[in-house]
Parts: sequence; structure tokens; C-alpha cells
Amino acid sequence: MAGNYAVNGRPEGAGFLLRWRPTLRAVDADVEMLALLRDGDEEAFVSLVSRYQQPMLRLARSFVPSQAVAEEAVQDTWLGMVRGIERFEGRSSFKTWLFRILVNRARSAGTREHPAAPTEPLHAVDPARFNDQGQWADPVDRWIEESEQRLDAAAWSPVLKAALEDLPPRQRQVVLLRDVEGLSNEEACAVLGISVGNQRVLLHRGRSQLREILESKMGKR
Amino acid sequence: MLSLRHKDIVCQQAVELVTDYLEGALSRRDRRRFEAHLRACPNCTAYVEQIRITILLAGAIDAEDLTPKAREELRDLYRGWRRE
Repeated sequence: MAGNYAVNGRPEGAGFLLRWRPTLRAVDADVEMLALLRDGDEEAFVSLVSRYQQPMLRLARSFVPSQAVAEEAVQDTWLGMVRGIERFEGRSSFKTWLFRILVNRARSAGTREHPAAPTEPLHAVDPARFNDQGQWADPVDRWIEESEQRLDAAAWSPVLKAALEDLPPRQRQVVLLRDVEGLSNEEACAVLGISVGNQRVLLHRGRSQLREILESKMGKR
Repeated sequence: MLSLRHKDIVCQQAVELVTDYLEGALSRRDRRRFEAHLRACPNCTAYVEQIRITILLAGAIDAEDLTPKAREELRDLYRGWRRE
């Protein structure tokens, strides 16, 4: 069983069920796009807005208390991008640079982060699921064996979105950048200004909680 | 990070190591123990699979299209900024 896995690999058998999202590099602004932006090309700006407005709003929302404030932070980010594009040197990816501007704007717009939010679960899995020896008390479902219908990514999208909104802000930020936007761990750390270790803890808790929510919905379909 | 003193790990420990495992952050020794546990444990194998599917589904969230109104508002803002 375990032999089917490679570190950082994809689950064998799941690939054909799920449309694989293009990676960060494939959708990042390329050299040509940057040149157009520096020239003040309006269509280049609009295509960037179409691509990033919603992901940025989603991330901003985890820092600020209301949608209106999030929209302001995103608008400030676009202005910051327009003003700063001349100075963007391409040392990081464009997306990382843009998200960093956003996080700075969102943080100064009014943070609602709690350094030690008491609601964050300390266990990846509810301890009640294990017996006295620390083994699973009941069998774990194999999602891959389920019908194609149940793993249809589009159908699960609303569930994932709602589940993400329920995550504590700092977990949500890391999961959004890593798993939704496809940033590397270094890029996510650069955007959020956190250590790799801290990022990993937040990612672990966030993913564990998303899995738990999915599990609770899988049984009902 | 969980440090593993005993040779074998149990399921409850294994689930806490999944992210470190997927991130390639386990020491070689801990990774060997983790993989040995997976080979022997269909439940934890299924659990890791669930986590991977969770990641896949998160990456497949569809981006809502911007409304034409929102797009035009941003276009107007951009024109304003360019004139400044």
C-alpha cells in the first residue's frame, strides 16, 4: 500500500478523477505581461484583475473584519502594484510579490489575528477515534474507492469554500496560499512573514480540519 | 514536531506526522518509521490518501468570475491612477 506513495507525489488512481489545477508558474505573470504592465497597458491590468481579484479578496478577508475592508485592502494592493511595478525585480514570483503587498495592506487595515486562538484544535484527528493503544477504533474510509461522482472536484468546491471560511485565520491563510493558490512553502512564508516551522504547523492543522469536514460530508452523499 | 523514541509508531502518532511527511520535513529515520507504519496499516494509508484528496480538492476550488461591473470599476480606477 504505502509503496504506492512518493514524497510530494500524487495519490495514484486519484489523478484521473480530478482535474489538476495549473500550477503557479503556468498562470503567473510572464515577462511579456510585466512589460505590458510597465507600459500601462489597460488590458494587461484587467486580465490580472480577473485572475487575482477573487483570490486576493479571499486572503484579505482572513485579516480584516469585513468584506468592505477586504475590498479596500485589495484596491490598495492594485494601486501599490501599479505604483511599484517599475521596481519589481523578479526576484520572487510576481504572485508572491503581489500577495505580499496585499498582506501588508490587509494587516495595516485592521488585523483580527489572535496569536493563540483557543479554538484551534490540538489534534489532527479527534482522540476519541483511537483506542487505548492509539490505534484507529474503526476502519478509515477509502475515498478513492468511492464513485467518481463523490470525488468530482467542481461538486466539492462549495463545501471546500465553506470549510475554508471556518478555519482560524492563520490556518486559512496558509492553506489558501499553499493548497488553493499553489505557492511553495518558501513563497507562503515570504508572503506571511512566518517561519517554515510555524507555517507547517498551521498547514497541518488547517488540512486536518478540512479533511475532517470533508469526511463528515462524504458520509452523507 | 513529534519526536519518536520508540521503534514503532501508533496510528495516533502517525496522523500527526502526515504534513511533515508530505513536506519532506521528517528525518530519514522518522520517515522510515512512518512508511513502515503505513505499509502495515491500511487505516493510516487510507488517512494519508484522504489528506491528499483534501489537498487536491482545495487546489481545484473554482475562482468565481468577477462581475462585469466590478471589472469596469477597477478599469476606471486604473485609468484614474494612470492619469495622476
